[in-house]
Amino acid sequence: MIYESSPQAVLIFCLFVGFTLGLSFWLGRKAKSSEGYFAAHGQIPWFVNGVAFAGDYLSAASFLGICGMIAFYGYDGFLYSIGYLAGWIVALFVVAEPMKKLGRFTFADALDSRFNSSGIKLAAGISTLVVSVFYLIPQMVGAGALVTPLLGFDHWQGVVMVGAVVILIVVTAGMVSTTWVQFLKGAMLVVFSAVLTWMILERGLRVSEGGADGYQFKSLRITDADFTDGDSAIGPLQDVELLVADDGWEKAKEKFVRVRQRSSGELSIWLARRAGESADADWLLSEAQTLTKTADGKTLVNGRPKGKKKGEPELHPVGYVTELPGGVQETGPLSFLGFFRTLQNSRVVLWRNEKLAHGDGSQTTVYYQQETSGGQVLRPGEHPTFRGIRSSKPADRINFVSLMLALFCGTASLPHILIRYYTVKDAGSARKSTIVGIASIGFFYVLTFYLGLGAMTSGQLDVSDENMSAPLLAKGMNTWLFAAISAIAFTTVLGTVSGLILAAAGAVAHDLLGSVLKLQMSDTEKVRVAKMSSVLIGAVAIVLGILFQKMNPTFLVGWAFSVAASANLPSLVMILFWPRVTKQGIVAAILVGMVSSLTWILLSGEAYSKVYGLDAAAAVVPFSQPGILTIPLGFLTLVVVSLLTPKPSSRVQ
Amino acid sequence: MKSGSSRYGLVLFSVYLLFYGGFVAINAIAPESMESTVLSGLNIAVVYGFALIFGAVLLSAVYGFLCGDASRGGDAEGVQQ
Repeated sequence: MIYESSPQAVLIFCLFVGFTLGLSFWLGRKAKSSEGYFAAHGQIPWFVNGVAFAGDYLSAASFLGICGMIAFYGYDGFLYSIGYLAGWIVALFVVAEPMKKLGRFTFADALDSRFNSSGIKLAAGISTLVVSVFYLIPQMVGAGALVTPLLGFDHWQGVVMVGAVVILIVVTAGMVSTTWVQFLKGAMLVVFSAVLTWMILERGLRVSEGGADGYQFKSLRITDADFTDGDSAIGPLQDVELLVADDGWEKAKEKFVRVRQRSSGELSIWLARRAGESADADWLLSEAQTLTKTADGKTLVNGRPKGKKKGEPELHPVGYVTELPGGVQETGPLSFLGFFRTLQNSRVVLWRNEKLAHGDGSQTTVYYQQETSGGQVLRPGEHPTFRGIRSSKPADRINFVSLMLALFCGTASLPHILIRYYTVKDAGSARKSTIVGIASIGFFYVLTFYLGLGAMTSGQLDVSDENMSAPLLAKGMNTWLFAAISAIAFTTVLGTVSGLILAAAGAVAHDLLGSVLKLQMSDTEKVRVAKMSSVLIGAVAIVLGILFQKMNPTFLVGWAFSVAASANLPSLVMILFWPRVTKQGIVAAILVGMVSSLTWILLSGEAYSKVYGLDAAAAVVPFSQPGILTIPLGFLTLVVVSLLTPKPSSRVQ
Repeated sequence: MKSGSSRYGLVLFSVYLLFYGGFVAINAIAPESMESTVLSGLNIAVVYGFALIFGAVLLSAVYGFLCGDASRGGDAEGVQQ
């Protein structure tokens, strides 16, 4: 699709960022001490902190990734919503109040509260850095993806801009301004998503044969003879020639047919499938779209150079209903549950893709139609990540259980979430703010289902970019709404990235330099070191955001959850419930959990195919999600090492 | 971790863990059953998914209520720093 920047979007975006920065500078005047910089003096009201939890947690992966996954695959994206929210139950019922009581600035404080061990500070500090950087990559990738349509920038420019703004926010005032940025962003994200959901329900569902640009995708029914008779007609297509399937096309898993119009030279690509079970059944041809990246960096759409303005070659927007219950053409406004009932008995066209490599180094992605029943859209197991639940191989099902376990255990182990417990005055406020956080986040996740399915049926989807589904849905409704949603999505990234950089800077200044290297720093020096660390971590995030441009944010966040849960959760839980735990046990559990989960991920099929570009089947480990093994391994390591090392004195217990 | 709030927390955590575990188990063992229509024309996947989200909000509200009660009753350990 061709993205043209809209003046309204730019205006609202500039107002948002300007207001955010202004707020940071103003609040920054109050936070000069380390207590203020890392923990906002513990004076953030619990309700504000609760909404800020939502602002911190609802990252680019939640908003862009989940909506995009639902828009393209249906229910599977909602599985992430369920898992992400369930993780807050662990945070509230197990971790929230003890974290507040035991710690001061970082989660290493809580782990080390009984022991005063530099080993624990070192291990927890490294784990915080690793998890934060893992989590930072998808946020920066999401930022770049957002800025492209909003301001017409390149990906790298978007990443640099987000990095620069976030560094400015974090350096200016630390936790105080970060909290208020997250509060504003969390509140606006929930409110605007609710408005968008209401508009989706008011619009209802309507039958269409193409996307919002009015282009109608064609379907043909032809016989075997049409392929072989050698004349210039293929079914109803006249004066055409059939191109031979070579140069990579012969390796396609699906059967694609390329047809060239002799007079104009125009190329059309079709997905061919038999209309019935028998070997001589007619062929059904449905029109596909292709995007080719040539070796010299050019982009071709259906064989022609991609245009820069409307009317020139571009991928057509998609996402539409082809059949509604009762044969009606339009439903009118739908109720909250009526929306699902109607969709369940409808048919929609989803788009799938296949990548083909050619001899000259170019690569073509073929996007093809797949008419799907509503019942299939509203069931799990369509997305590649979750398809394993319908597999006959036990390893595929274990992979699913492992991912859901990592989502459940990961939230309460994320350093940038844990430090938010230090910004309120007491354990009661920590609990109340978590309850507000759960209500806000839960409400938002319910809305993601409507937003994703609304996008699926909006006619606005960009087949080449899942992550743009929610902003494009808003664009189809109203340009100002698109501007607001895009600006909120951008501040979504700002809020989460500031929290992550702050958590990582705290680990460097407070845990690693202050406690491990025993650097004697005054309060002001500690804040200065943290600010310098923020700049450095921000720079690393910018570089990684550019390098990992092609990775899916939700996928990367799944990895961060696995590492966080494996490295941090065993120690966090056991220090609360088992008096026999020793400092050696904690250090070993963190290191074993972190190294084992990272190693497993790097040797997994997903890393092979998506990072190294190798065949996933050649992967060393049998499934991709490590949590089901590495979380118990962390617990086991902690118990065994604690039992093998001297019992802590009764004073420590 | 022996306060009233932590006891409530562990009980409610166990309840939710069973609820969530049931959802994951059905998906992993019998995914086709998620397509069955159960309530008001909606399938199990949609109903169970929404129940997990609303259930989390409900249990957290119950926890807040119980802890508030415990602290008023003198068991203030869970809410005092």
